[in-house]
Order: sequence, then structure tokens, then C-alpha cells
Amino acid sequence: MFAGAPSAGHPGADHGRARRRRARSLRELLTGWAFVGPASVIVLGLSIFPAGWSFLLGLQSWNGFTDPVFVGGANFAEIFSDPDFLGAVEHTALYTVLFVPMSVLAGLFLAVALNRRIRLIGFYRTAIFVPFVASAAATGILSTYLFDPQYGLVNNVLRSLGLPTPGWLQDQSQAMLVIALMSLWGQAAFTTVIYLAALQDVPGELIEAARLDGANRWQTFWRIIWPHLSPVTVFTVIWQTIQAIQLFDLVFTSTRGGPLGATTTIVYYVYQKAFRELQFGAGSAAALVLFALTLLITLGVVVYSRRRGMEAF
Amino acid sequence: MTSAGTRPAAAPHLGRATITVEGASTDRIATAPRRRRTRFSLWHLVLMPIALLFLIPFVQMFLAALSPAAELQRFPPPFVPSRIDFSGFVALFTQSDVLLWLLNTVIVSAAGIISHLVLCSLAGYGFARLRFAGRKVGILLIIATIMVPTQLLMVPTYILFANGFRIVNTLAAAIVPWLASAFGIFLMRQFFLSLPAELEEAGTIDGANRWQVFFRIVLPLAKPALATLAIFTLLGSWNDLVWPLIAINDSNAFTLQLGLSNFQGTRQTQWTLLMAGNVVATLPLILFFLAAQRHFVATMTFSGLRG
Repeated sequence: MFAGAPSAGHPGADHGRARRRRARSLRELLTGWAFVGPASVIVLGLSIFPAGWSFLLGLQSWNGFTDPVFVGGANFAEIFSDPDFLGAVEHTALYTVLFVPMSVLAGLFLAVALNRRIRLIGFYRTAIFVPFVASAAATGILSTYLFDPQYGLVNNVLRSLGLPTPGWLQDQSQAMLVIALMSLWGQAAFTTVIYLAALQDVPGELIEAARLDGANRWQTFWRIIWPHLSPVTVFTVIWQTIQAIQLFDLVFTSTRGGPLGATTTIVYYVYQKAFRELQFGAGSAAALVLFALTLLITLGVVVYSRRRGMEAF
Repeated sequence: MTSAGTRPAAAPHLGRATITVEGASTDRIATAPRRRRTRFSLWHLVLMPIALLFLIPFVQMFLAALSPAAELQRFPPPFVPSRIDFSGFVALFTQSDVLLWLLNTVIVSAAGIISHLVLCSLAGYGFARLRFAGRKVGILLIIATIMVPTQLLMVPTYILFANGFRIVNTLAAAIVPWLASAFGIFLMRQFFLSLPAELEEAGTIDGANRWQVFFRIVLPLAKPALATLAIFTLLGSWNDLVWPLIAINDSNAFTLQLGLSNFQGTRQTQWTLLMAGNVVATLPLILFFLAAQRHFVATMTFSGLRG
């Protein structure tokens, strides 16, 4: 801006100048906060304030009606001795282990496949990207239909091929796999787009040079392109892991945590504790464990990638 | 996500994200650097089956929604119905309040988009260009909130909505969380930082004040970023389930997603009705996606590279 410039060359007006400067900085302060104030109040009011409150709630026993009672770490002791919570942690870990590698590898593969000029490429890209707009509710209902053991398309195809027809979402050992597959259907677009953007940033000269040195496509990819993508890979692994351990919507709309609790995740546990059993304290404690887990995983991957010399963050 | 704004090392991501907002890198996605090939590419053999696999769930959804109900109860049900039948839609519209829920969702999304466009672009500009006390702390706090998972906020926000604002069981409970977002402010700030400051200085010299500069000079240039912001808000608010689920129990204030997820317990085997409901919830976004694919891809890229 043009601070101080206009008032130069007016000797003897020091007092007035100082007052004008004060008035201007007050006006700038008001203008600035008029621009940023409304959005800031909403965003901070709906995040910083509740986040701080949840730390307090985690230390209280409260059902929303009677007065809250301070219980210290009792909520944490309770959830960690609750087999349902430990099961939820286990199911969340299973989903994460299934979903994260699948979504990162699928994204990488699809990006490489889509990163070329061939006929129909627009159709391929649209087909792979369009499930991204499907909501969890729609995806959940759709998966219960597609994977219905009797009437579902998947088992109809398997049956006509003479293959065994599993119970899928109604089978304790398969339900989480189906949820991971349907998540992949909706989310593959995301990692694909990220990798596509990153592939465009690989310098063409490097690839040319490798070719001239006699490297084949396979070698060029793993020796030249893949190392270039590593910051993006670190990022997508972190991002998808954070998404995975927060799984809730799709479970709620497909299995409601069943069969026999086999797909209860940590967030599902939070939902049940807080909003079904009205144990706000225990629910908040479980949410805090999830938050700590998120920070630990992020920190772990960042430290690991620093050690390996990948400048991702 | 992670350390944006706290370490300069995050800069490459931010830089790239800014380019994306201008629409440049989506164009680059569309045009791969490889030379055009005339012979048949073997990649078709890979891509065609994958593309069809990704489309099949939607195809199944549309076909089932248009099937006669009895055919889906047959064993095994045909993939392609013998005739097109709208009884699923008729049942949906007559036996449920789906039109009301659709209206509710439209209200939530429209309010969210308008509010996002106004408030986040104002705040983004303020944080990018104006100099005032508290600016740096403000933007740091806002970026930090991107790290706080929604799940941590569920319980206290519910209590706040129930006991503080007293908006539980009203549509307002679904609207308020979508009025503004840290992501939206951050996106607009990155965009305004990428604009050359000379444009605005010219306006200031001509005697326009900050508001006139913003509305007359800056905002018209921000259309690509505003499109990204609108799509981000549309996707999030239209498909949101968690907030309505915990805060709304009254079926008059249901959103479409909440109504759909509620069907599941009550109409488990009415497949035509369920799939018709899915079509109503999904088709608007699919059409939108087909019409503005480039902007959707830009939105995805930016939300991925925001950290």
C-alpha cells in the first residue's frame, strides 16, 4: 500500500499527521476484520471451541440431562477395557490395511493408464471419475443391493460362472472387504487425479534422456518417474490413512456395524456411545483417541519420509 | 493438511494448488505429453474393462430403479428389465416425503454455496491482501483447524446446537456447518495471493476503496476459484450425512441423504423404491459432473494438494 507517501512535505503538521495515521490504521483494522470476520467467527467457533470442549467432555461423565460429573481418566479406562472399543479399533485397522494400499496403488495405476492420448480417453476418465459424486448413503444402499447374497448382481454373475456365492456383507469375515471395495469405487478418482497432476510435473527431458540411455518403459517408470512421485505418494498415504481411520458413513449406510459388530469402526463406536447410549464422556474419549491416532500416524509418516530423504513436507 | 502455513517446505504444494485453481493443470491433465499414436493402443484392453467395472454399479442402479418390482424379487432377477416401469418412482414419491427431503437438501446446498462464495472470498481476500492486526494469527488458526477431524467435533457441536443455538431437529442444524469452511478460506486466499497486485494498485490510485477494488476488479477475476469453491461446497453439503444424522430426528427436516439412509431399516427389500431414491439423490450430481467435469477435477486436485 502507499503508507506515508501523501503527507510528505508538510512541515509543522506532525500532530495532525499522527492523528491521521492512527485513524487510518484503525480504519484498516476495521476494514480487515470486516472482510475476514464473519467467516473466521463461523470456522473458529465451530472448530476451535468445540475441539477444546471435547477435551473437557472426555474427562466428564455426562448424559446431557443431569449435571456433568468430573471423573478424570475414568472414561479412557472404561473404553480401553471395553471389548467393543477394542474390536472397533481392530476393525478400523483392518479396513485401513485393506483400503489404503488399494487406493494408492489403484490411483497410481489408473493415472499411468489415463495419462496418454488415445481414442476414448475422455470416456475412460469420466467412467472412473464419476463415482466420486456418489454419496455414502447412495453407495451404501447400492452395495447392499449389488452384494446381496441372493438377488445381487455379484452373486448372479458368480452363480452363472459356476463359482461359489459368498455372503459378502452378511458374512462377518467378508463385510469389511466389500466396504473397502465400494470405498475404492467412489474414491479411486481422488488418488488418480492427484497422481495424474504429479505425472505432469515429471520433466519430459528426464524421460527422454533415460530412453536415449537405453532404458525400457518399465525401467524408466521405476527409476525415473516413481522417485519423482514419492512426495505425492507420502501425501496420499497419509491422507488416505486419515480418511480410512475416520470411516463411518459407508458402514452406517450398508451394515450398521454388523454382522455381529464385525464392521463397527472407532467413529461408529463414538456415534453409538454418544448418541445412542448418551454417554457423552465415553464418546468424547473415544474421539480423542482417534484424534491422537491421526496425529501419531501423520507424524510417523512425516518422520519416516524425512529420514528417507523424501522432501514431502 | 499437515504442516501448511507452518513450514515454508509446504510451498511447492501450495504453488501447484494455486495453478490448479486457475484451471491450468486440469487442462494439462486432459492433454498428456505423449505423442499421438495412430495404431491401436494395448491400453484399451486394460482401460475398457476397468471403465465398465466402474460404470456397472450406476447402470445397475438405473436399471433396477426402472424395473417392475416383481422382476427384482424373481430368482435370479434379470439385469436388464423386460420393460421400463416407473412404479419404483411412483412408490417413492407417494409413500415417502422424498420431495420434501429433496427440497431440504437443495436449501442446505444453496445456502451453503452462497454463504461460502460470499464469506470465504471476502475472508480469503482479507487474509491475502489487507494489512491489519491479528491477520497472521487468524489465518494460522484457521489453517490449523483443517487438522481437527470432524469426529472430534461431533459431540460438543451437537451439545452446542441442542443447548446453545437450540436448532436441533431443524434444517438450520444441517445448514450452519456449511456456512463457511477453513478449506474455502484457504483456497480463496491462495488464489488471491497468485493474482498480480498491480491490478489492484491501479484501482487504488484511481481512488477506489478496498470494497470497490474487491467487487469490481478482483472478484470478476476469481471465477475459476469460485467455481472450485462452489463445487466443493455442493459435493460436501449435498452428500453430508453425519451432521444431519446426529442433529435431526424430525422427518420434516430430513435431508435426502438422511431420508435414504433411513429407508434402509424400513424398506429393506423394496429394491425398486430404494434404487429410485438413489437415482433422485445421485442423478443431479452426475449430470453436474458431466457438464463441468473440468471444474470437478480441479476441485479434487486442490483438495488433495491443500497441504
